[in-house]
Amino acid sequence: MVKKIENVGCPFCGVCCDDLVVTVSDDGKKILEVENACVIGSTVFHRAMSERHTLPRLRQPDGTYKEISYDEAIDYAARVLHNAKKPLIYGFGSTNCEGMAAAAKVAEKAGAVIDNCASICHGSSFLAIFDNGYPSCTLGEVKNRADVIVYWGANPAHAHPRHMSRYSIFPRGFFTGKGHTGRKIVVIDPRHTDTAQMADIHLQVKQGHDYDLFNAFRTVARGHDIPAEVAGVKREDIIEVVDIMKKARFGTIFYGMGLCHSDGRNHNVDIAISLTRDLNDFTKWTIMAMRGHYNITGPGVVWSWQYGFPYCLDLTKRDIAHMNPGETSSVDLAMREEVDAFFNVGTDAAAHFPIEPVKRLRKHPWITVDPHPNMATEISDLHIPVGIVGVEVPGIVYRMDNVPVQYRNVIDPPEGVPSDEELFERIYERLCELEAEDAAKAPAKAVPEGIRAGE
Amino acid sequence: MKTVTLTLAKSPELYIEGQNITPDQFAGKKAAEIASLDVWEGKLKGPLGNYFTVEGDGGATAGETKIVLRGDCTRVKRIGQQMTAGEIVVEGNADMYIGGWMKGGKIHVKGNVDSFCGIGMEGGELIIDGDAGHHLGSSPRGEWRGMQGGLIRVAGNAGNDTATFINGGTIIIGGDADIHISTHGEGGTVIVKGDAKGRVGGQMVKGNIYVYGTIENPLPGFKLVGEVEQEVDGETARFAHHIGDLGERHPVSKGKTVYANLYTRI
Ligand code: SF4
Repeated sequence: MVKKIENVGCPFCGVCCDDLVVTVSDDGKKILEVENACVIGSTVFHRAMSERHTLPRLRQPDGTYKEISYDEAIDYAARVLHNAKKPLIYGFGSTNCEGMAAAAKVAEKAGAVIDNCASICHGSSFLAIFDNGYPSCTLGEVKNRADVIVYWGANPAHAHPRHMSRYSIFPRGFFTGKGHTGRKIVVIDPRHTDTAQMADIHLQVKQGHDYDLFNAFRTVARGHDIPAEVAGVKREDIIEVVDIMKKARFGTIFYGMGLCHSDGRNHNVDIAISLTRDLNDFTKWTIMAMRGHYNITGPGVVWSWQYGFPYCLDLTKRDIAHMNPGETSSVDLAMREEVDAFFNVGTDAAAHFPIEPVKRLRKHPWITVDPHPNMATEISDLHIPVGIVGVEVPGIVYRMDNVPVQYRNVIDPPEGVPSDEELFERIYERLCELEAEDAAKAPAKAVPEGIRAGE
Repeated sequence: MKTVTLTLAKSPELYIEGQNITPDQFAGKKAAEIASLDVWEGKLKGPLGNYFTVEGDGGATAGETKIVLRGDCTRVKRIGQQMTAGEIVVEGNADMYIGGWMKGGKIHVKGNVDSFCGIGMEGGELIIDGDAGHHLGSSPRGEWRGMQGGLIRVAGNAGNDTATFINGGTIIIGGDADIHISTHGEGGTVIVKGDAKGRVGGQMVKGNIYVYGTIENPLPGFKLVGEVEQEVDGETARFAHHIGDLGERHPVSKGKTVYANLYTRI
């Protein structure tokens, strides 16, 4: 008898759909069918069945990979971390919070910099939130209350396929019984995207000039005049949209990479937050980052709890956590050649970073921890396969609105393959052993103390 | 005034964090003691003498101590961080955080500096003969009380995010400035003698900005209100006077709304 598992969470995008129904074979080993998920979501489950490695692979002098045992791989990884002056551990787009906490423990022990994919994604949102606060809400509130939705620099039709049907445009909620007919949708994007296709109003902002347009919105909201055209948008159109926003019962601005990755970055989000605050003088407005991966919100939450900062954490001083993107962010560290070992965990830095930082990181040991082969594994010195969170490994994930969701597994990982958490706990133990060996050898050259230890 | 000369003998593989290179730390110390002060390279803490040769002793107080840095300090961070008095001369380039959180004294860098120099500055003088990177005289991340006082003078160009959350003090840029000047500013003065790229004074509440050249993308939140003649950095000139950011909140003083001022040279 095949088994149907209900209410399964999807380990792909930040929408974190938790209504999937997965059918597995009677021996519990194969995934046969995935219902309710969008195409990308169901691919994650089906791909679990192919392209898997069950042993770590170490690069040989002739350039090929050779399979080694997990113990050997863990020893290699621990030595790389131990010997480097400033190792960088980066990734965590696709793993659970348990794995993130264990990796941070390793980073602290190793005196490393630990960073997550926000560094090249919504990290600029963090900076804006530090500066200006975050008047946000949950997706449930959007579904039940919002009658005006703004997508600014975001294209959920492609990046978060079920966002519009589950939470924003289409669902019928408690105060939004009419569904999409009762909602006004505004899309602000330089391109006529598939999301813009669904909008009542699409403002085609000039690429890279969102800040100027927000400034115009705010100026109009405060009753001042603006030039006839700002950032490629006509004055009348700006006035019309500001009017719609002021008259909303409850509105939400969802923003994406269009703000975080055009000129000015954090300040585009910063001024969006200021606009949201201004609009609360008239009615209720909220703002939300369209976080990409299903648990990329997780490391921000976990590490803030552990160290006080969500990303770009420099733990090289052990008892002081230092964070300053621009200096301690992965791409900057790589470009400035400030690190001498690289750990790529649950992401693909080789595919996502610009080529120059990849080349500079590649001068040093590069270890990739990922269930599947990807571009990073192809250039790594060591690839350590792990179980797939949400498919083979259960755990806690944070949805884009900072709501934690307990994910479950539907099958077991291939025999002997650990979870991220188990792997990092074992690396941690090996690091402790290496430190003890060092201390025994030369007590004077023990682990560097924290900066305040002598006071 | 006693002079301590540090010459970089061994370049670091990564970067040196030299927060101890300040007159405050060097004061009252002999050359050998100075050489044993800590610097960091990644997770390794080691004596300053591992990288620099040290000549001369520190003065009795910070105010009586001058530090001269020779050799290529392009990979040395945090020189003069939190210094309160005395003088530092860097003969060439330096890296990040030069004069960060500085309270007094003077730093003169004869080459270029990287980002975050003079952040959180409260007093003193930071003179840079070359270019400065991003976040010059800006506030540290998440800190809404930025530069409080002091003077930063850059002969060359500056990167983006100059003077974010500035509250007081003066920044003079001889060349051009990239986007974002005095964003969220609540006081202070920024003078750009070259061109500004855009987002000048966005979300600004109070304070002054002077731009001598052109602003490529002026913000819609600034309004022209007239012309004025003013003395700026020792010379008198005529400026077009704009007020803003009209999209931002503004305090009311003696029944009048206080705006930020943007002056562009005519
Ligand atoms: S919208 Fe996102 S979370 Fe939902 S099924 Fe698709 S990929 Fe998975």
